[in-house]
Amino acid sequence: MEAFTRFKSTAIPLPIENVDTDQIIPARFLKAITKEGFGDNLFRDWRYNRNNNEVPGFVLNNPKYGGKILVAGKNFGCGSSREHAAWAIDGYGIKVVISSFFADIFKGNALNNGLLPIQVSEDQLDMIFKAIEEDHQAQFEIDLEAQQFTICDNGTQIKFDIDNYKKECLLKGYDDIDYLLDLKEEIVAFENQRTIH
Amino acid sequence: MAKTLFDKIWDAHVVKDIDSTRQVVYIDRHFIHEVTSPQAFSGLRNRNIGLFRTNQTTATADHNVPTLNQHLPIKDPLSRSQVDALSQNCKEFGVELYQLGHELQGIVHVIGPELGITRPGMTIVCGDSHTSTHGAFGNIAFGIGTSQVEQVFASQCLILSKPKTMRITVNGDLQKGVTAKDVILYIISKLTAAGGTGYFVEYAGSTFDSMSMEERMTICNMSIEMGARGGMIAPDETTFKYIKGRKFAPKGEQYDQAIRYWSTLYTDADAVFDVEHSYEAADIGPMLTYGTNPGMGIQVSEHIPNASEYLDPKQLTKSLDYMGLQEGQLLEGQEIQHVFIGSCTNARIEDLRSVAKFVDGKQKADHVQVWIVPGSKQVEQQAKKEGLDKVFANAGFQLREPGCSACLGMNEDKVPAGDYCISTSNRNFEGRQGPGARTILASPLSAAAAAIEGKIVDVRKYLN
Ligand code: SF4
Repeated sequence: MEAFTRFKSTAIPLPIENVDTDQIIPARFLKAITKEGFGDNLFRDWRYNRNNNEVPGFVLNNPKYGGKILVAGKNFGCGSSREHAAWAIDGYGIKVVISSFFADIFKGNALNNGLLPIQVSEDQLDMIFKAIEEDHQAQFEIDLEAQQFTICDNGTQIKFDIDNYKKECLLKGYDDIDYLLDLKEEIVAFENQRTIH
Repeated sequence: MAKTLFDKIWDAHVVKDIDSTRQVVYIDRHFIHEVTSPQAFSGLRNRNIGLFRTNQTTATADHNVPTLNQHLPIKDPLSRSQVDALSQNCKEFGVELYQLGHELQGIVHVIGPELGITRPGMTIVCGDSHTSTHGAFGNIAFGIGTSQVEQVFASQCLILSKPKTMRITVNGDLQKGVTAKDVILYIISKLTAAGGTGYFVEYAGSTFDSMSMEERMTICNMSIEMGARGGMIAPDETTFKYIKGRKFAPKGEQYDQAIRYWSTLYTDADAVFDVEHSYEAADIGPMLTYGTNPGMGIQVSEHIPNASEYLDPKQLTKSLDYMGLQEGQLLEGQEIQHVFIGSCTNARIEDLRSVAKFVDGKQKADHVQVWIVPGSKQVEQQAKKEGLDKVFANAGFQLREPGCSACLGMNEDKVPAGDYCISTSNRNFEGRQGPGARTILASPLSAAAAAIEGKIVDVRKYLN
């Protein structure tokens, strides 16, 4: 996993609630056996019509918008546990998703893939949407070390929560498996003192 | 200190505390299938390691498999490559696999219980959100992502934060024609599709106590549809009886020992949950969904809400547009073109029996296509042994071979755009059953009744 560094970027607004994983990456694209290439099918059925032509109204097809930050409505990532949703977003080049609420599994999957979910309040979310609406080129800065998100145009700073362990992992670019592999002896000792019925 | 059932099992599996919120939790059983495992196997290869506990892992092919002519090579090249990759990976890493054509193959959440692998007190994971199904046996079972599949491969452990606990109590007897599926759709309609987020649910009360294991699995299966991590029901005599004698169940003295342990698995009388909800069984009627998430459900006697009275009017309008339905409309009488009876929610033998009993001697409506997709090879065999296949054939229902099928439309089993499908599966998301497909979730009984009439009906009118 790549280490997560501080960056500035424009943002892509998706003011829709309950965006589920079937919208993020429809099930018919889950047939791959590698992690690559999912970005091309991110939001496939919103992005393209049945004849595979771009849907002009959809934000990813609008050249005015772009960037490494996706801002979405409440309860983002609900639905299935498919990690492909995180790979699709990451594969598209997005590093941060901002919403006022994330589905549990999605949040975990995102963090395991170096994608940072930032949860903000409803009011803050509205403020961010407004900032993008007013200026499509509005810049935002993400500073994970300081757990701070800044709307550069007006200097508004938003603090966000992330637990220490995950923060360390993201900043250093390592994952849970590295940690668990170090724990083998303790795991074996645990196994030896119990029975599975 | 008084403990909930969840706490008892969780605490017994903590290997180590990492910090105040994170723990290393031991996993007793890992189920895998072809869709969410290949990248995890590649991860092991990249790290040059094998599985830590191969014999606690069980694999089957289910999501992609065709449900006709399973003896022939899979036509779709991508599906075939995933199913083949599973076979190769299992061979290379030494994992027990019930591949296509194997007599024990089936949907992963159907075969675990029917083989006696799923038991009380365990921690069970699978790279699939409906792993919550196994919780019907009084264990902690939940879906994980592919990185976590790799973690369990590598260490038989996961790094987790303990979820909050919620208890949902339902008491009383259900009306005739009202099933476990209606109960869970009712609960989700009350709590919404996000109402359980962050929680692990225990279902309690006399309504669940008197349910069969199959019905309890239907309940726990859909816990995830209200956003919960999982659902569970305390084990009892019904549970023990179901497990006894199954292929991988403990036998003899081990079974007796297991029962002694399993009997300690219940929520202590004064244990406290973070949240409690309770409902009366008598208030629940046959349920149907009208929208594009499982929380958008109503009783067959109720009208679709009006935007003005709905919590999130925009979502309602968008969903109804997709569904081609109107606010304030009754669903009863709505014409349907497809009926799908299958999925890990409702494709066990009891579901097939209840459908067969209902349709025996009746005929499907001409314009309707009816698919019955058994949850496993064993369910299919049992159905044939009991002659259910003949009942289905006489009614014009097509009994297919086991797999996930039209539940998620990863194989050829899709519903055409714009068509309505009454489905016993668990998700009515846009495009779930195929691009543009319109899904109405319901119980197997309601689905069977709709198959006969060619439109949505109140199944109770047949039963009184
Ligand atoms: S039947 Fe549907 S919900 Fe169940 S495991 Fe298969 S795809 Fe998932």
